[in-house]
Amino acid sequence: MSPRITVATAHRVLNQLRHDRRTLALLLFMPSILLVLLWWIYDGGPVFDRIGPALLALFPFISMFLVTSIATLRERTSGTLERLLAMPTGKLDFLLGYGLAFGLMAALQATIAAGVSIGLLDLDVAGPTWQLVTVAVLDALLGVALGLFVSAFAATEFQVVQFMPALVLPQFLLCGLLVARDDMPAVLSAISDALPLSYAVDAMREVQVNPTPEVWGYAGIIAAFAVGLLALGAATLRRRTA
Amino acid sequence: MMKSTEEVTRLPRVDVESAAIRAEGLRVVRGNRVVLDDFDLTVRRGTVTGLLGPNGSGKTTLMRAVVGVQKVAGGRIEVLGRPAGSAELRYRIGYFTQSPSVYRDITVRQNLQYFAAVLGAPRSDVDRTIEQVDLGSHADDLVSRLSGGETSRVSLAVALLGEPELLVLDEPTVGLDPVLRRDLWTLFRELADAGATLLVSSHVMDEAERCQRLLLLREGRLLADDTVPELYARTDTSGTEEAFLHLIDRETHREVAQ
Ligand SMILES: Nc1ncnc2c1ncn2[C@@H]1O[C@H](COP(=O)(O)OP(=O)(O)O)[C@@H](O)[C@H]1O
Ligand SMILES: [Mg+2]
Repeated sequence: MSPRITVATAHRVLNQLRHDRRTLALLLFMPSILLVLLWWIYDGGPVFDRIGPALLALFPFISMFLVTSIATLRERTSGTLERLLAMPTGKLDFLLGYGLAFGLMAALQATIAAGVSIGLLDLDVAGPTWQLVTVAVLDALLGVALGLFVSAFAATEFQVVQFMPALVLPQFLLCGLLVARDDMPAVLSAISDALPLSYAVDAMREVQVNPTPEVWGYAGIIAAFAVGLLALGAATLRRRTA
Repeated sequence: MMKSTEEVTRLPRVDVESAAIRAEGLRVVRGNRVVLDDFDLTVRRGTVTGLLGPNGSGKTTLMRAVVGVQKVAGGRIEVLGRPAGSAELRYRIGYFTQSPSVYRDITVRQNLQYFAAVLGAPRSDVDRTIEQVDLGSHADDLVSRLSGGETSRVSLAVALLGEPELLVLDEPTVGLDPVLRRDLWTLFRELADAGATLLVSSHVMDEAERCQRLLLLREGRLLADDTVPELYARTDTSGTEEAFLHLIDRETHREVAQ
């Protein structure tokens, strides 16, 4: 592993985004626009207060999952990944380079979204905003890790996009947003305990209701999932192929 | 230059020092096809060696084995004195893949800056390689806006970063106009004169005349490993295409006879 290569990779990924203005704009502002829409639908009432923070957890996860899975699929199919691995690039350099670049994007995205929800839409958050943003960045890294891993099992961009509903929607249904996790049937509640997004939403709720929130336990669990998925992702990067 | 060719003619076997690539009993299976079997090869240092053969003969597979990205089922392959794929070789080999492996959504210069950083090559290499492939006027264009031939030259420039000791170039002149092709072959020759070893594949036989040594591959077997004059003498021909057709015919007759 080499910091030089990791940083260069993150820089290159950000350069790619910089030339793709539309993706960049969608990444940065779409969550805020959707939050405004939600606020409008519920007229800023208690439902918005309940769902808002959970969405702050969901957006970075989904958007980073999508961009990472497609970006790495492209690296695999265009031969650039093979070229990088034939060069001195370590697998970790590649993975962390993506993590760094998209983690940074997630921090921007979450800062804007949190700023809009709290500053403009009066979302009630008892805890400090920076913790909201930190949890959002961890969720983004989770999305990056899952995207990297999943790209190994897709041969086309169509397939990658289909993984989104397959892997993300069940987590969304079970994360406690629609029905509190404790009120679900026992089996579903147990499944929900095994899914990373549940902890992301729990962490956001904790920051929302508690002036001195205890998010580090949740943050640790999310980070552990992200590291585990990154390790699985690393195992799918092969220097030699058939 | 020609002197070394004559020396080579006299030497039946190359000593370890002067071999850039040495394969013994190499076996490669792709899918359920045996692409290379019991394959021996020696490529001399400081030469431009042409790897020629029809489509599907195994050129790309052999090159991938040299670079160390191909799973190998048996035998040995040594590159610059190390087993192919060794970590330290990753700084010393430039590999140009048959389809250009560069990022289309960033500029030519950004591609080269990135790969130079990965290799730890000096910054000045970026401008040098852009000039070498004659893309100076496109340096700040997005690769996606370039033509096919230009895109392929960006990929070639990446292979030239860091002044690698061994360049493995898989059909680098496909789709280029005659002037560019001539310029690139001149460049290859200059690089070899400066001490680099080049293994260059092509399925266009007339490019063979530019090489110091020729390997003719057919269905995973070497039909020829000669200098150009040797090849002409052996086949009693005066053109590479003719010589290769002659060898292939002879091979086919032998197969039929068996
Ligand atoms: N990924 C692969 N899986 C299975 N077979 C392959 C693969 N790539 C190439 N082959 C087969 O291996 C043989 C040699 O291919 P290749 O080395 O690409 O030849 P060349 O570069 O000379 O055209 C061909 O018959 C081809 O069909
Ligand atoms: Mg080929």
